[in-house]
Amino acid sequence: MKPPPFDYHAPRSLGEALDALAEAGEHGKVLAGGQSLIPMLNMRLAAPAHLVDINRLSELATLDVGPDGVRVGALARHAQVERSERVAAVQPLLREALRLVAHPVIRNRGTVVGSLAHADPAAELPAVLALLGGSVRLARPGVTRDVPAADFFVGPLESAVESGELAVSAFFPALLPRSGTAFREVARRHGDYALAGIAALVRLDDDLRITSATVACVSVGPVPVVVDVTAACGHRPPATADWASAAWAVQDRVDPETDIHATADYRRHLTGVLAEQALRDAAREATGA
Amino acid sequence: MHEITLTVNGMIRQVEVPGRRLLSDCLRHDLGLTGTHVGCEHGVCGCCTVLLDGEPVRSCLTFAVTVDGHDITTVEGLAARDGTMSPVQRAFGECHGLQCGFCTPGFLCTVTALLRENPAPTEQEVLEGISGNLCRCTGYQNIIKSVHRAAEIMAEERRADADSEQPGEEIV
Ligand SMILES: Cc1cc2nc3c(=O)[nH]c(=O)nc-3n(C[C@H](O)[C@H](O)[C@H](O)COP(=O)(O)OP(=O)(O)OC[C@H]3O[C@@H](n4cnc5c(N)ncnc54)[C@H](O)[C@@H]3O)c2cc1C
Ligand code: FES
Ligand code: FES
Repeated sequence: MKPPPFDYHAPRSLGEALDALAEAGEHGKVLAGGQSLIPMLNMRLAAPAHLVDINRLSELATLDVGPDGVRVGALARHAQVERSERVAAVQPLLREALRLVAHPVIRNRGTVVGSLAHADPAAELPAVLALLGGSVRLARPGVTRDVPAADFFVGPLESAVESGELAVSAFFPALLPRSGTAFREVARRHGDYALAGIAALVRLDDDLRITSATVACVSVGPVPVVVDVTAACGHRPPATADWASAAWAVQDRVDPETDIHATADYRRHLTGVLAEQALRDAAREATGA
Repeated sequence: MHEITLTVNGMIRQVEVPGRRLLSDCLRHDLGLTGTHVGCEHGVCGCCTVLLDGEPVRSCLTFAVTVDGHDITTVEGLAARDGTMSPVQRAFGECHGLQCGFCTPGFLCTVTALLRENPAPTEQEVLEGISGNLCRCTGYQNIIKSVHRAAEIMAEERRADADSEQPGEEIV
């Protein structure tokens, strides 16, 4: 239960970090909050030859909040983003989801961008990014690219980050007027990874009828599963929308697996129940917004 | 090997550690501070929790080199310099918030930070605050009592301090 040996790099600037990662190539790994990587090292599930520690790069501990959304720097910790009133005002789903991520003590170290790069299909933040249609900014010396959420999550624990690249920030679009979001999940204990979870986004038109309804599902596929249920809900006010059909549509689209925590059937059932609850919550919020 | 400097419980300590040395092992093996306990080494049990620049973190999920130059408080540093137990420590004693004591260092550090940030937590906030710490003995009820009692002791002490600082002044 001790990490295997590695060469430790402690860059003092973004440029130094990118150079160190480029040089290490496929043998290098980024160390951010360490709340997923260090357990994997301790359990010897990973053995990178080089670790590039970005914890000294205070230039990446940023939160840029604007009218169109929130750009979260690679060293912004979960707790910092969760506490920010400005973030909550522009995109309330971030705080709601972060409160379900692990425990407060883990959130003091873990980073939002690290959670995205880690790409755990049971994690909340990848689902949030996928639902909102956000993006992740990746850098290597002299080159920067933005990868949309739809292309970022490739498989379980696999993201579009290539060897030698650093994810420098992630962008979460703002909540538009007459829109609402919600996050619902079921976990064995508060703070555990969810058995199933749903992030929902509902938009209404000027007559307060549903114009779009989407969910992103957690823990029921190799990556967050985004399902558009606008047609199933119907172009109706939330009070008469067909939430049950929407929930069925979501259940039909997911393909969960059985593991020691839950059977596939139970996860599918939870996904339907949570989808209906989250969509109703999101619609209620949209009506008030 | 890396030469690092940590301020541990107010004392400046220099140690040489390999990159892979966990902060928990650095405290226990290199610095002899065995009050910090190690249970699971993957972030689940919470008994290795220490304060890093005042914030609770898992020392088993932190490399010692990463926190070079930072301030660490372990359970050994919670009591006052003259040995008087801190309000949180006294409350745990009073309310039987521990049995075997294995989990206690982690709870004490977590609760110390919790009450600093939120001096009068609700029941729900206490539950949320300690939800990341496991205890195999107490069944948690006495730990929850201890947290509320610690909040009370701290409030009493603040009142006593305020009274002694302003002798004769009237409270408006
Ligand atoms: C007990 C426990 C419970 C948890 N429960 C949950 C939970 O319920 N939900 C949840 O979502 N998470 C949970 N987590 C994980 C936690 O949220 C992590 O903080 C997060 O997944 C990873 O962030 P990190 O900054 O710690 O990344 P690290 O652990 O440092 O890195 C994780 C991976 O991402 C890579 N990486 C990190 N940052 C970058 C970057 N900027 N560029 C490129 N690659 C990068 C690393 O190389 C590594 O492969 C839990 C963790 C623990 C220990
Ligand atoms: S030993 Fe660190 S959380 Fe269990
Ligand atoms: S007192 Fe024994 S584990 Fe908590």
